[in-house]
Order: sequence, then structure tokens, then C-alpha cells
Amino acid sequence: MAEPDQTTEESGGGDAGGPDVVAAGAGTAHGSDEIMIELQEVTKRYPGSNEDAIESLTLQVPKGEILVLVGPSGCGKSTALRLINRMIEPTSGHIIFDGEDVTTVDADHLRRRIGYVIQQIGLFPHRTIADNIATVPRLSGWDKQRTDARVDELLETVGMDPSMYRDRYPNELSGGQAQRIGVARALGADPLVMLMDEPFGAIDPITRDRLQNEFLRLQQELRKTIVFVTHDIDEAIKMGDRIAILGERSRIAQFDTPERILAAPANDFVEDFIGSGATLQGLSLERVRDVQLNTDYPVVRHDVGVTEAQRVLETSSEDWLLVLDDDDRPARWVTLDHLDRTDKRLIENGRKVTALAEPEDTLRDALEEMLLSNAGATVAIDGRGKYHGVIELETLMNVLQRMRREAKAHYARHAEPDTDDTSVDA
Amino acid sequence: MDGIQSWVEFVVGRPGEILGYTIEHAILVAAVMASAAFVSILVGIAVHESMAGRSVALSVAGVLITLPSLALFAIFIPVFGLGWTPSFVALFLYALLPILRNTVVGLNEVDPAVLESAKGMGLSSRQTLVKVKLPLAWPVILTGIRVSTLFITGVAAIAKLIGGPGLGHYIREGQTRLGLPLGMERLWTGVVFIVLLALAFDAFYLILNRLTTPRSLRSRGG
Ligand SMILES: Nc1ncnc2c1ncn2[C@@H]1O[C@H](COP(=O)(O)OP(=O)(O)OP(=O)(O)O)[C@@H](O)[C@H]1O
Ligand SMILES: [Mg+2]
Repeated sequence: MAEPDQTTEESGGGDAGGPDVVAAGAGTAHGSDEIMIELQEVTKRYPGSNEDAIESLTLQVPKGEILVLVGPSGCGKSTALRLINRMIEPTSGHIIFDGEDVTTVDADHLRRRIGYVIQQIGLFPHRTIADNIATVPRLSGWDKQRTDARVDELLETVGMDPSMYRDRYPNELSGGQAQRIGVARALGADPLVMLMDEPFGAIDPITRDRLQNEFLRLQQELRKTIVFVTHDIDEAIKMGDRIAILGERSRIAQFDTPERILAAPANDFVEDFIGSGATLQGLSLERVRDVQLNTDYPVVRHDVGVTEAQRVLETSSEDWLLVLDDDDRPARWVTLDHLDRTDKRLIENGRKVTALAEPEDTLRDALEEMLLSNAGATVAIDGRGKYHGVIELETLMNVLQRMRREAKAHYARHAEPDTDDTSVDA
Repeated sequence: MDGIQSWVEFVVGRPGEILGYTIEHAILVAAVMASAAFVSILVGIAVHESMAGRSVALSVAGVLITLPSLALFAIFIPVFGLGWTPSFVALFLYALLPILRNTVVGLNEVDPAVLESAKGMGLSSRQTLVKVKLPLAWPVILTGIRVSTLFITGVAAIAKLIGGPGLGHYIREGQTRLGLPLGMERLWTGVVFIVLLALAFDAFYLILNRLTTPRSLRSRGG
């Protein structure tokens, strides 16, 4: 996820190597400093209501990033999205889109430049899938050939076979397929910006997980600027380059990267909202390739002989010895007990190694493997299956400590977490 | 049996005449329906978004449909004289309500999520009406037109009383000759051919519905 900061010209002077400083104290998660969407003290009160739905919301979305708005039901997340593409007008404040105040541009044209996915999907029931996806390209005056090609391309993009689905109607799709078409339709004329209001809301957890992964993969290529609304903190952590945790009337409780929010919740509200799973969530943001593996673990090749194996294990403080096969792949876990009791060859003795982690696996995966393993450790392997090192509970504790330390250091550098304690704790 | 036989003889004896009256009847109904549908749909579109407009339009059409038909036909004699014109006008006023009501209901019934996404993609309100609302409301509107047509086909028989065209001829003649030879046969000829004509219209709407609505909308509405 994390990429080196590429904007050297504008941020060059500051703390070398560290995250550069953006207004409001949050570091960039992805390259660009260029702001795509900006809300300036935006307040929205619906006609006939005597309370603000949104009270003085200020935030920025850099180009190419996913900002997730997360918060309890009714806190104004959908309202915030609908302000950006002028489905509704703000009561006060300014919304800047790509450098222009949205109230100065034609609303219909603005909306054609912004992909909008609503929670209820809202496909046109009387139009085929192809016609649904072609809506914005046609409005934008594309010719038939270009439109048709685009429709097929988008169907491929969301993983649906064009020849099979092009001529179907929305009522002939499953819920998950309809969600994908909703996303494909919003991508129609290749908008720079996507507003997504709980786009994976109404589907089962397994399909949702798959759609999320597909979407993240897609985003790697497309690099759209995305504002993504959810009330599910797990989804926020997974999808967001940055997260705005919103309290009542969309007051910002914390605005930061998922890593730092998990490691250093700004206040009780955020802590409650993240819930007790925060630590595990934190582990799922770190990959095996990024951690300091234990390489001092007792390890032998299977052909060293039993005596040598005994010697290695006795001189170490561990109870288990890892035995590698001819290709240096982890094969068996053995204890002194195993070695004493039988005269089996090393490669057949003890227990089979089951808990393995590849570089791309998350630490959370590694932890799960560990809990199920005999030796209480997960073996890290490289892409070809060769032994790389061992992950133990201690390895994970160190990572968690480092994450907390980094978050604290970050906030120490930027004086205050970007928070608003006074309004949200109630 | 005797009655049926003599009725069949009556019908077989004058195919040209019966066909002529049936065609007259059909033309009257078709002309009334075409204009009533046109006007009702336009009015429906104009009022469907305003609560006040909606209730005024529906009340007016509702009052019209409850006027006793004999009276409504007679009212227009001083203005239009006898014949086709007053018949047309009276039937036209009757035909409005079912179409108007279904137009308003159909347009307002469109899923708000569909409208939100239409607006969100940059369709103007006019484009939304033409490309989204009307096509989605069409099966419901068509049902209104169909109900109205069946109703008008029956009521049009009364047109004969004010010198209008159509199969009402046989009903009127049958009535005045009740008890005389061929009186009953005339009455039945009027009734049967009006029903047959209504069935023919119904079949026409079924086909029209098939041709004008995508398969995804066909399970509901018309
Ligand atoms: N059209 C409207 N007219 C009046 N009040 C509205 C309207 N839409 C939303 N509200 C009110 O504004 C507040 C914020 O609503 P909004 O839909 O933005 O919340 P949300 O954060 O998206 O909630 P959820 O997670 O349930 O979707 C709520 O109190 C809601 O009742
Ligand atoms: Mg919402």
C-alpha cells in the first residue's frame, strides 16, 4: 500500500524521508499533493429541519486517493457525498472540485464528470446492462462504436463476461452482479472522481470481501480520486488511504491513515467506534515482507544427522527445531523428545510444518496460522517456498509497539491529533 | 335454441350492415381514446410532481366520470347539435380519469433510487422524464388506456340516442321493437358485437404492450 512520496518539488524542504506535512496535520498516504476535492466549512441544514445535518465540515481529498467517510447512521455521510456532486446545495461554505467552486459550474455537466454509486444501486430496470453502462458516454456524445467498446471494456473490468451479460436486464442479475454493474456504470465515461455510498452494503460478507479486493486491485490501475462512504469500520480500514471518522453532524473525530487511527485513536469516541478488534485490524495492515523476522531460530537441513540436530536444539533456548528439506523448504518440527524416542530419519520425525506465511500475507494471517501450529510459530517463506525466517508472538508484539510508537511520534511532530474532542464524546 | 338460430340468421342476413356499424363504433372509440390518451398523459406529466395540481386534476376527472351518461350526452346537444361531435366530446370526458390516474401513479411510482442515480449521472429533469420516468410508467399508463377503452366501448352505445354512430343502433332499434319480430335479435346483435369489439381492442393492447415494453417490465403493469 504505502508508496514513496513522489512530490519532491513542493514538499522537498521538510523532514526528509518522513511523511510530508499537509494542512490539518495528516500525512499523505499516496503520492500527490494536488487537492481534487475540498470542503471548506460546509454546513447543510435541510429545509424544514431545525438541526444541521452537517456542521462546518472541512476536509481535503488529494488526487488519486481513497478517502473513507465512516460514522454512525444519520451522521451525514450521504449528505456530504451529495453535496460534492450538487445533488443538494450547501447552506453555507464552499465546495471546490478540481480547482473550481462547484456552484459556479453547470450541475449536470459536473455530475457527468463524477461517477456516483448509490447504496440502492438504482440501475435502470427498463434498460439492458449495456444501455445502463452506456448512459453517461451517450450523454457525453460518444459515438456508437466508442460507446460499445467502452461497455465491453467495463464489463471485463468488473469481471463479467460481456457476451453473457451485455443484453441482460437488471432484474436478471444477482445482488453482487448488480453492485458491479453499478460501479461499471459509474466508471462509464472514465470520470476522475468517484463518489461511492456504501457500494458493497447489501451483499454477503464473502462476496463483499471479493468485491472489495477486486476494487482495490482496480484502483491500483485507475488511480481515481474516491470518496467512499461506509458505516463499517473494517471496510473503512481496508479501503481507505485515509479515513475520516465522523461524529454527530459530521464533526470530524479523527482524520488520518488507517494505521495511525488504529495505533493511536484520538479520543474515546474513536476508540469505541474502532472497537476491541483494533489490534487485530492493525496486524492486518502489515505484511510479512515488512517485518523483522526471527532468523536465530534453531534450523537444520534434514541431512545433518540426528546428533547434530540434538546439539543445535540443546544449545538454543527454543523447544522446537525446524527441519528443512533438500530445497530448503520447511518440512518438520521436532523436539528433543522426538529425537530421543525414535531413530526415524529427521525428514520423517516430529510433526509436519503447516503454518507457513508468504511475503504478501498479512500479519493477521500469520497470527492465525501460529495459533493453529504445533510449535507456536509461523514459518516465513519466500515466493518459491524457501525458508526465510520465523514469526513468533514476540515478533508481532514488536510490530504493534512500533506502530504505536510511530503514531505517537507523528502526533508529537504535528502537535495535536486532528480531532475535535469537545463535540463528539457526548 | 330457436332464439339463437333466428339470431344467427339475422346476423348472417346482413353482414355488410353490421360490419359498417362495427367499424363506425371502432372509429369513434379509437378517435376518443387517441385524443383522451394524448391529453391525459400531457396533463398527468404536468401535474404529477405537484400535490395540489394532482388533486385538482384527479378531482375534475373524477367528477366527470360520475356524471350520469345520458345527461352528459344531452348537455352537449345545444352546443354541438346531434351526431358525431357531441358523442365524441362526451366520451372523451369519460375516458380521461383512468388514463390520468394511471399516468400520475406510474410517474410517481418510479423507484427513488433510480431517479437519484439518473440525476447523479447528469440527466437533466427533462431527460429523466423522457428516458426514465415515462418508459417505466408506460406499462401502467397503457393499463389505464386499456381500462378506459373497454369502458368507452360500452358507453359509446348510448351515442345513438343523440344521433351518433355505432352499434348502439341495434340496441336502440331492439328496444323500440321489443316484443315485435326481430326486436330481440337486434338487441343481441348490438350487445354481442360490442363485446367482440371490446375483445378485439383488448387483444390489440396486449400486442401493443409486448411491442412497446422491454421484457424486464412485462411481468407487472399491462
Ligand atoms: N432529504 C432530507 N430532508 C431532511 N432531512 C434529511 C434528508 N436527508 C437526510 N436528512 C437528515 O440528515 C441527517 C443525515 O442524513 P444522512 O443520510 O446524510 O446520514 P448518513 O450518515 O448517510 O446515515 P446512514 O449511515 O444511515 O446512511 C439525518 O438526521 C437525516 O434524517
Ligand atoms: Mg447514508
